[in-house]
Amino acid sequence: MIADVTGGAAADAAPAIELRGISKAFGPVQANKDINIRVRKGTIHGIIGENGAGKSTLMSILYGFYRSDSGEVLIDGKPTQITDSLAAIRAGIGMVFQHFKLVENFTVLENVILGAEGGALLQPSKARARKLLTQLADDYELSVDPDAVVEDLNVGHQQRVEILKALYRQANILILDEPTGVLTPAEADHLFRILRGLKEQGKTIILITHKLREIMEVTDEVSVMRRGEMVATVNTADTNPSELAELMVGRKVLLDVQKTPAQPGEVVVSVRNLQVIDRHGVERLRGIDLDVRAGEILGIAGVAGNGQSQLLEVLAGMMPGTGTMTMNGKDMDLSLRRDNARTRREDSIAHVHEDRHRCGLILDFMAWENVAFGYHDRPEYQKNALLMDNAAILEDAKGKIERFDVRPPNPMLTAESFSGGNQQKIVLAREIERNPDLLLVGQPTRGVDIGAIEFIHKRLIELRDQGKAILLVSVELDEILSLSDRIVVMFDGKIMGERDPEQTNAQELGLLMAGVVGDSVTGDAA
Amino acid sequence: MDLATIVQILESTLRLATPLLFTCLAGLFSERAGIFDIGLEGKLLVAAFFSAAFAFYTGSAWLGLLAGIAASVVFALIHGFASITFRGNQLISGVAINFLAAGMTVVVAQSLFHQGGRTPPLSGNARFERIDLPFADALRDVPVIGPLYSNVLSGNSVLVYLGLLAVPLTWWVLYRTRFGLRLRAVGENPAAVDTAGVSVVRMRYYAVIIAGVLCGIGGAYLSTSLAAGFVKDMSAGRGYIALAALIFAKWRPWQSLVAVLLFGMLEAIANRWPNLDLGLITLPNQFMAALPYILTVVILAGFVGKAIPPRAGGEPYVKER
Repeated sequence: MIADVTGGAAADAAPAIELRGISKAFGPVQANKDINIRVRKGTIHGIIGENGAGKSTLMSILYGFYRSDSGEVLIDGKPTQITDSLAAIRAGIGMVFQHFKLVENFTVLENVILGAEGGALLQPSKARARKLLTQLADDYELSVDPDAVVEDLNVGHQQRVEILKALYRQANILILDEPTGVLTPAEADHLFRILRGLKEQGKTIILITHKLREIMEVTDEVSVMRRGEMVATVNTADTNPSELAELMVGRKVLLDVQKTPAQPGEVVVSVRNLQVIDRHGVERLRGIDLDVRAGEILGIAGVAGNGQSQLLEVLAGMMPGTGTMTMNGKDMDLSLRRDNARTRREDSIAHVHEDRHRCGLILDFMAWENVAFGYHDRPEYQKNALLMDNAAILEDAKGKIERFDVRPPNPMLTAESFSGGNQQKIVLAREIERNPDLLLVGQPTRGVDIGAIEFIHKRLIELRDQGKAILLVSVELDEILSLSDRIVVMFDGKIMGERDPEQTNAQELGLLMAGVVGDSVTGDAA
Repeated sequence: MDLATIVQILESTLRLATPLLFTCLAGLFSERAGIFDIGLEGKLLVAAFFSAAFAFYTGSAWLGLLAGIAASVVFALIHGFASITFRGNQLISGVAINFLAAGMTVVVAQSLFHQGGRTPPLSGNARFERIDLPFADALRDVPVIGPLYSNVLSGNSVLVYLGLLAVPLTWWVLYRTRFGLRLRAVGENPAAVDTAGVSVVRMRYYAVIIAGVLCGIGGAYLSTSLAAGFVKDMSAGRGYIALAALIFAKWRPWQSLVAVLLFGMLEAIANRWPNLDLGLITLPNQFMAALPYILTVVILAGFVGKAIPPRAGGEPYVKER
């Protein structure tokens, strides 16, 4: 990392963006409190903070989605009213959202010109855009086929379309919200090359992320937000990850998971030649062989969409497959003609689904009800043959919520009203407290803030140390590396290889995740 | 079956398909912009009534047409108000419009004309006259082509030709103009349109207003061209049939024309042979009359392959981060 020029000439020029005293409240919640920030021209400025720290609200104000309650925005030193997205675009601000704002069945070209067509007829607009795209592709390694339909592109390319959209509108300031969440390490590296190229051309870039490594790798300055306030802005060269983490959380955080070596016991679950073809006839799993032993965490690394989700769902009895699965010596029925998700739970398999909103919780229901789901027919929850014993469920839920430090510890709130991290704790409390012999867990810390991540990781290690088997799927390589006792990498429905976390690194795993085996490195996997 | 019968069926097909065509294209604009429009039926009906009533009072079919369009646009705006501005449920708003139209037309007709909810019969300039295309007479005696040109294509109401022109026009607007690009985008992913600095609300209002205008023309055609005056419930489910045709056409303009011609032909056949004798059995007239509706059910039940509606269809747009 080359430290940027600080002070001197650079400080004299007006900052690309200056926010003064920005405040924004949603009802009683103060999302932004008196935010002041200066983003210097031609730099990459990182903004980090936990979920709910107010980063996205701040950027939404800058892009005209919300109006701030007070404070002012200065672009290149000039006070600017950003009333809507159009005003933001006119002020030279481009935004790449975490969830892309692309029309999926339009071509790249159509997406790029949408809203900036430059004339009532499409043909001339498209011709103009095509020329410009070729030029941008050469200048910034941003090549995308202009006639490709967006939904046929991989996420890395879709993201390039978003960047192209902003550049086509002549944005000088580019805001990227969690841009690497969906990318492979190679794609992320490519993105960073693009960003550095843009910076060299004098563009200003704001990078919002919760990944400390990216902040350290690519930014010049970094601002930290905590509970709606801007707590610090520092030169990246003068700081380090643990200092930033401490600023984010307000206390010391253990970034590395503390654990003793695993003591693997008997094989708990054994899977042979597992194959899955989904509803659309696509082969999702092509012959998976796996063993998970008692007292170990088997981590499955891979880019999202390479069969990990299907693997968890098949093992949990949510989706049929073929092959064999033995749990504690007992044959499981993968066709799901006899078995289902409930019988799997009876066979001591617990499942923390990767999508807690879709499959882990009913958001409109209260926390105590959510703590019982999936186990609601257990005898201890029944009053008699007809009625459930709500008092017993509530009592039970209270204990679990307390032990898992769910905040606020109020079982009567709907699941929706908890933050992402606390929702995840509710799901984990339900599944872990049943003491399953096998815990299937997908993306345990997706959308979860740092404090809760630490807590969740600790509980998973504790479960392992009690001699339980854990199958962990995560797209976060750091998480896989720090939690797992063994790592297998999945690509395109197959296992690419197994690695010992002590003897591998992100680069090696990244290549496997991109389907590159052995020494046949083919360069940019994106 | 001789040529004369075929010509007669085809001529009838074109006439009967025209109100469906306008309604189907109306639905196309609305739904492509993400606003489901079950209220096509109501707009068609209210336009039919106001066209007939104004044509009767003014003696001009053209003024009747304008009144029909105005009434239909007002109804379209009610739908827009409920489903765009207030983000209400589009199906419920549409159903409400249908009920409102069915009730209101009869009540107003009764209080104005005292003829049991109908308008007095229209005649002369209060109806759209048939216009003959050039050389219709000269070509009449040419075998096959002659009758097809002179009797099927020529000699229709001006609104029929307007409908046929509306198809390529719709295609052009949708796929060749900035407006069309934005319209389609707003039905697929309104967030993309919003973040590109284009107002989702305005685009969707444009779409429902266009739908109102097209329904207005379709309704005027019903009462001042196809029939000679308004009778109670004269739209007779055509709004729903047009919706089925729209799904059949997978929300595309040229395919919409083919779909409505198919429905028009079924109706024409049912009119021509109330009791179709198939040799072994004779199909009763009730069955024949029900044919278009039966086809509607078959289409809606998904027997035409996968029809993917615009992805943001039916969902009010709420800004989110």
